[in-house]
Amino acid sequence: MITEERLSIPAGATKRFFYMIAIGLVLLVAGLIIAANFSGGHGEAHGAAAGHHAAGWGQRLLANLWLNNVYFTGIAVVGVLFVAIQYVAYAGWSVLIKRVPEALGSYLLVGGVIMLLVFLLPIIFTGHNTLFHWTDHSVHEVGNPNYDPIIVGKSGYLNIPFYVIRMVAYFTLWFLFFKWLRKESMAEDLNGGLDHYNKSIRLGATFLVVFGVTSSMSAWDWVLSIDTHWFSTMFGWYVFASWWVSGLAAITLTIIFLKQMGYMKMVTSNHLHDLGKFLFGFSIFWTYIWFSQFMLYWYANIPEEVIYFQERLGGNNNHYTWIFFFNLVINFAFPFLVLMTRDAKRQMIMLKIVCIAILIGHWFDFYLMIMPGTMRGESGFGLIEVGTALTFLGIFLLRFTKELSKASLVPVNHPFLEESIHHHV
Amino acid sequence: MTSKKYILGVFEDEDVLLDAIEKTRAAGTKIYDVFSPYPIHGIDDVLGIQRSRLPIVAFFCGLCGTSFALWMQIYMLGFDWPMIIGGKPHIALPSFIPVTFELTVLFAAFGMVITFFIISGLRPTLKVPVMDVRSTDDKYVMAIELKEGTDISKLNDLLRSNGAIEVNEKEVVK
Repeated sequence: MITEERLSIPAGATKRFFYMIAIGLVLLVAGLIIAANFSGGHGEAHGAAAGHHAAGWGQRLLANLWLNNVYFTGIAVVGVLFVAIQYVAYAGWSVLIKRVPEALGSYLLVGGVIMLLVFLLPIIFTGHNTLFHWTDHSVHEVGNPNYDPIIVGKSGYLNIPFYVIRMVAYFTLWFLFFKWLRKESMAEDLNGGLDHYNKSIRLGATFLVVFGVTSSMSAWDWVLSIDTHWFSTMFGWYVFASWWVSGLAAITLTIIFLKQMGYMKMVTSNHLHDLGKFLFGFSIFWTYIWFSQFMLYWYANIPEEVIYFQERLGGNNNHYTWIFFFNLVINFAFPFLVLMTRDAKRQMIMLKIVCIAILIGHWFDFYLMIMPGTMRGESGFGLIEVGTALTFLGIFLLRFTKELSKASLVPVNHPFLEESIHHHV
Repeated sequence: MTSKKYILGVFEDEDVLLDAIEKTRAAGTKIYDVFSPYPIHGIDDVLGIQRSRLPIVAFFCGLCGTSFALWMQIYMLGFDWPMIIGGKPHIALPSFIPVTFELTVLFAAFGMVITFFIISGLRPTLKVPVMDVRSTDDKYVMAIELKEGTDISKLNDLLRSNGAIEVNEKEVVK
C-alpha cells in the first residue's frame, strides 16, 4: 500500500521567499531612484533627437514588470498543459511527479491581476500604455502627424477593449482548467475509482484545444504587438516553445530540490531520464523554431520584415548583439552538449545545472523579445532588472510551494501509480 | 564444418524466463542466448549484456557530417565557384545551416547502421540457426552451449526446476 507523502514547508523557506520579495523591492526602488536621477534629462534629449519616445525609468519599470509577468505566467500555464498532455497521452511514467506541474498553475491568478494592472493603469492615468505603441490614440487620428495607417488597419484586433477582454479570457480559462484538473486529482486521492481519471482525460483534451488557440493569441497580444508593425507567423510557436522548455526546466528543478530534501523517494533516475529527454528535445525544438523564424527573414531581407532582427543584431549600436548570441549558446549549445549522453540525463547535478541555465536563458530570450521594442537601445541590466525578477520569483515560489503543500506529493489513488513506480527506461 | 551442441530450455512465461535466467546465471552456467517472439523489457540487465557503445559512433559520425557539410559549402560557394546569391556574402553561414543539419543526421544515421551491420556480422551470406521455431510464436527459448564434459542431466534439472516446460538438445552445423 502506498501512503501519502505531504510536503511540509520549513518555516525558514516561506520567510526566505518574503526576504526575496523584500530584497527585490529594495533593489528595484534603489534602481529606479538611480535611473530617475541620472538618466532623466539624457533620455529626453536623446529621445527628441532620435525622433521617438524617450525611454525613461517609468518605461523601464513597466517593461520589466511586463517581461517577468509574461515569463512566470508562461511557466505557470505550462504546468497545467503538462498535466493535460499526460492525461490525454494516457501516460504512466509521470504519475509520481504530476503533483509538481499540477501546482505550478497557482501563479495564474496573481499573474492575471498583475498583467491587467500593468496594462490598464498607464492607460487610465496617461491615456496610453507606452509599452504598446498602438494604444496611443493619436496614431489613429487622420491628419495627426502621428497618424499610422498600418496600425489603424490592425485596430479591429488591436484595440483596448478587445485586448482586455482577450486577456481576461485567457487567464480565466487557464485558471479554471488549472482548478478543475487540480480538483479532480485531489478528489481522486480521497475517493479512488476511475471516474476522476476519466473526467481528467476529458478536461485535459479540452484544455489542449483551448491552449492551442490561446497560447498563440496570447503570444501575439502580449509580446508580438509590442512591435506593432512587424508580424511573424512563427511567433505563437516561438513564445510557446520558450514557455514550454522553461516550464519543463522548472518542473525538473523542483523535483530535484524535493528529492534532495528527502521527498519523492520513489522518483528514480528513470523518471529523471525522461524529464532530461524532454529538456534536451525541446531545447532543440526551440532552436528549430528560432532558426526557422530567423532564416526566412534574414534570407529575404525585406526591410519591413528584417527590421526586427536588425534591432537585435547590430542595430541599436550593438546594444543587444551579445544577448542575441548568448541566447543561442545558453539555450541551445549548452543543453544540447551537456544533456547529450544518457548518464547526464540521469544525474541530478547535471540536470540541475542545465535547468538553471535554461531558466536564466529563456528569461533572456523574453528580454530579447520585449526590450528592443519598448526601450530601444536604452535597456539595461542592473538593479531594476534583478530587483523585479527577484520580486516575481519570490511571489511565484510563495504561491507554488503553498499549493504544492496542499496535497500529497504521491497521487495515491491514480490508476497508473504502480506503472510509474516500476517505470524503467 | 563444425558443429555445436546446445541445450534448449523452453519456457511459457516471460516472468518465469527472467527469473530462470537470473538463477541459471547465479548457478554459474553461461547462457549462449535467449530467443523470444518480441523484445523483453529488462532482459539486457538480467543477461548481463553491456550497454551498446553505438551512440559514441553516432556522435562522431554526426561530427563528420557537420564538418563535411560546412567544408563542402564553404569550399564550393566561397572558393571554387563564388556566386552572389541574394546579395549575401559568398560564405553566408545561416544559409548553410539546413544542409549542415541534414548531412549531420544522414551521416549519423548511415554511420550507425553500417557500424551495427559490421559489428554484429550481419551480411547476406549469414546463416542464422533457428533453435526452435516456436520461439517465433509463443515460446521463449534459452540456449546453453554444450561443451565437453558438461553434465546434461544436471542442466536438465536446473532448467526444469526453474520452470522450463521442455528441455531439448540441438545440434547446429555451421
